Amino acid sequence: MDIQRYITEFKSLAPAVDHWSLRIVANHSESLSVRQGIVQPPELSQTCGAHLTLIQGDGFAYAATSNLTRDGFKHIIDNALRWLESSKTFGLFSAKDIPLPARSGSYHSPVLRPWESVTLSEKLDQLQEINKCLKINDSIVDWQAQLNRRVVDTYLVTSEDINISQTFHYIYPGYEAVANKGAQTQQRSGGGWGAAKQGGLEQLASYDFPQSAQSTAEEALALIDAPQCPTDVLSLLLKPSQMMLQIHESIGHPLELDRILGDERNYAGTSFVTQDMFGHYKYGSELLNITFDPGLVSELASYDFDDEGTSAEKEFLIQDGILLKPLGSATSQVRAKMAGVANARACDWNRPTMDRMANLNLEPGDKSFSDLIAGIENGVLMDANKSWSIDDSRNKFQFGCEYGRLIKDGELAGVVKNPNYRGISATFWRDLQAVGNADTFEIWGTPNCGKGEPNQVIQVGHASPACVFSNVEIFGGE
Amino acid sequence: MQTYFRELSQKMFQLIAGNEIILLNYAGEDSDFVRLNHNKIRQAGYVRQQDLDIDLIIGQKQTSAALQLSGNHESDMTQVKTLLNLMRDQIEFLPDDPYINISTEINNTETLQENQLPDPNLVLNDVINTTKNLDLVGIWASGSMARGFANSLGQFNWHTNHNFNFDWSIYHHDDKAIKQNYAGFKWDHDYLNQKIAFARETLSVLEKPAISIKPGQYRVFLAPSAMQELISMLNWGGFGLKNHRTLQTPLLKMINEKQTMHPHVSLFENTREGVTPPFTKAGFLKPDSISLISKGEYNHCMVSPRSGKEYDQAVNCSSEYAESLELSGGNLHQDHILEKLDTGIFISNLWYCNFSDRNACRITGMTRFACLWVENGKPVAPLNVMRFDESIYNILGNNLVDLTTEHEHILDSGSYHQRSQSSSRLPGALVNDFRFTL
Repeated sequence: MDIQRYITEFKSLAPAVDHWSLRIVANHSESLSVRQGIVQPPELSQTCGAHLTLIQGDGFAYAATSNLTRDGFKHIIDNALRWLESSKTFGLFSAKDIPLPARSGSYHSPVLRPWESVTLSEKLDQLQEINKCLKINDSIVDWQAQLNRRVVDTYLVTSEDINISQTFHYIYPGYEAVANKGAQTQQRSGGGWGAAKQGGLEQLASYDFPQSAQSTAEEALALIDAPQCPTDVLSLLLKPSQMMLQIHESIGHPLELDRILGDERNYAGTSFVTQDMFGHYKYGSELLNITFDPGLVSELASYDFDDEGTSAEKEFLIQDGILLKPLGSATSQVRAKMAGVANARACDWNRPTMDRMANLNLEPGDKSFSDLIAGIENGVLMDANKSWSIDDSRNKFQFGCEYGRLIKDGELAGVVKNPNYRGISATFWRDLQAVGNADTFEIWGTPNCGKGEPNQVIQVGHASPACVFSNVEIFGGE
Repeated sequence: MQTYFRELSQKMFQLIAGNEIILLNYAGEDSDFVRLNHNKIRQAGYVRQQDLDIDLIIGQKQTSAALQLSGNHESDMTQVKTLLNLMRDQIEFLPDDPYINISTEINNTETLQENQLPDPNLVLNDVINTTKNLDLVGIWASGSMARGFANSLGQFNWHTNHNFNFDWSIYHHDDKAIKQNYAGFKWDHDYLNQKIAFARETLSVLEKPAISIKPGQYRVFLAPSAMQELISMLNWGGFGLKNHRTLQTPLLKMINEKQTMHPHVSLFENTREGVTPPFTKAGFLKPDSISLISKGEYNHCMVSPRSGKEYDQAVNCSSEYAESLELSGGNLHQDHILEKLDTGIFISNLWYCNFSDRNACRITGMTRFACLWVENGKPVAPLNVMRFDESIYNILGNNLVDLTTEHEHILDSGSYHQRSQSSSRLPGALVNDFRFTL
């Protein structure tokens, strides 16, 4: 792909405006899946397009196309200019205040074991082997394994001669087993199912892929015969696979500055957090330390620049339980007149940037996993999210997990199914009682964070140790 | 778009070697998107995108690829040739696939629609002026959409529509707001005026002090927009043949334990009245209607080509997900809703639903927007948001009092990757003992 030719072509047509930026995004992906021992049709994808932003006076507008020819660029220039006029008249804020990128640079995901180092046949053989490990019993009624990769090249050029190029390599592994007995069906996932990481095939080991395949199926079988999770107010031990979701929904979304500014009120919602709370609000116990960390190797949203070209650095958003900074990009920072982070992101070339989570992590504490268990008199351990629901202000939540274990008198006890819990963000984090140490710290993330109008689904990273919460309303199924 | 796709497909079919079969699926759109906040433009822009999916079949082997078209024959054919060669390299390493299933009958179709769309810049002027002094937030999306199918066996299908979807909320304070939508094909300023006038009236109720209710069971009326959230949960694995045969459907009790819903509940995939293409991605034609639940009992499944082959059933969809759902109506006239509700909660919208116990089809979610506490048939005050956790077998079963006679045709405002073509026709529902938990 001749990116420089596209850029040169565009520059020859660039309109005379105060500022323009052109973001070109090229995606290459390959998806492999084996279900019930049958290789599903593999899927290749190669897409590319350009997103143009224009600023003139008080107005700004965008236009995007998959036509990277001279005619295609003319077409988006005309359409961006068309919307620029309306924006000048009816704009929410003056585009003159939008900060522009300050430096050029590049980024490349570290890859130790490239996708191409293993042949297609070898990959499919491995997925077949996993299928055999999953089908351990007639009660396993469905089973599948997947291994996908994606490479994204982004280029940002501006009228001020800023040039930023970033290349991201992602890997999406995982498998699931479904067990049934009568009207009771239970699903258990493993090997990174539903998550993803930056890097190459070397990342599989961190998800115990493929070693955990058989235990995944065994746990699905155990769940169908297990009792329902008890209904009570108990201590709750969340493994990092569920902490990911807890952080995402009840810290990440409420701290998005564009939500706080009201942009999302018609769709994703608003926030119980208001601008006046930053700097003093007690979000959680003093054990709660939340960082925006774009530099953690292998986490999904590691980068050097956001999609508007702002340099990205690690920042504490919550320190010792006190709320410090929002997830607000350079544009939102100007609107809100407060400091933020480099989190202007777009899911692809066909959508504009907005405030997103990127890597949002809970920093490790000092408790070993056995310490966490030992400190619980009566509680439940929960692993791997399967249900998520939270109100539009990101306050009242209810989450469910695939797998639960009772904890009695400081020791793990029996398996329970349909473990659910509910709470209120504004008070839940204040009951954070213990935080696991670096040995319990795991890097997770989701490729499926939805937000924005027009809608965008984007990849975000969440790394966390295991954590214990007290006085949680816990319950099971029927 | 149609001419270009037809010409491109012919050029591609000339590249076929030996016993290769190629299926092509085209999805294109020209879209204007204008995001509004505080009744001003937050972000305005335009997107032109053209996606092409290619399926290559050789004997009992199949592989797929996707690319984005420029609209320029030379550059697109260069891309296509590169991808086809990659697919050919890949396919020789694949084992036989027993579930390949494509239509081999030739069924050409063409659905064209007159483009009556307004100038979106003028509409935005209209909207901003009509809603002066209101705190409006939302999205305008409009433009042409096209879907096409062609295969090397000689079939060609084309489907276009030109629509707008204006989806917005008007806020009174905090989270107290009324949610509205106006979607269609031809702009009518008077209809917008009516909508905004209704919103201004409703805001007078929202300015009253909100009340909080205790967890417990309440009589509720679920407006069609709220019903859409619940029905879309059923659509998440509820109707697919694969989900039924692998016992993963949330309607498992209807299959294994002969659980039924209220006899008034009949649910269809009504393609004929929807806006989706009448053809599938494997070239099969969809039936006009599929009866999913009939008089409270489970009836037919959505059947994709792969499931159709695996379980020996006739294909009726592309993916096992309904896109034009219709729920039959009942006997409750819309003018009598508040009177019949008497004392309870008028739920305008639900939000962020999910299964809390999939086997019991138990769903949790939140109330949102203009949900009102009603006493003796009169709206008294807005309700602070509440979490519900309730089984669909109660909501549409024992606790269902009645469904409205009237339906609302809801065009999905979703735009993940591309603008949605899904829609639904739903009544409202009067329900007893609806369980709130937090």
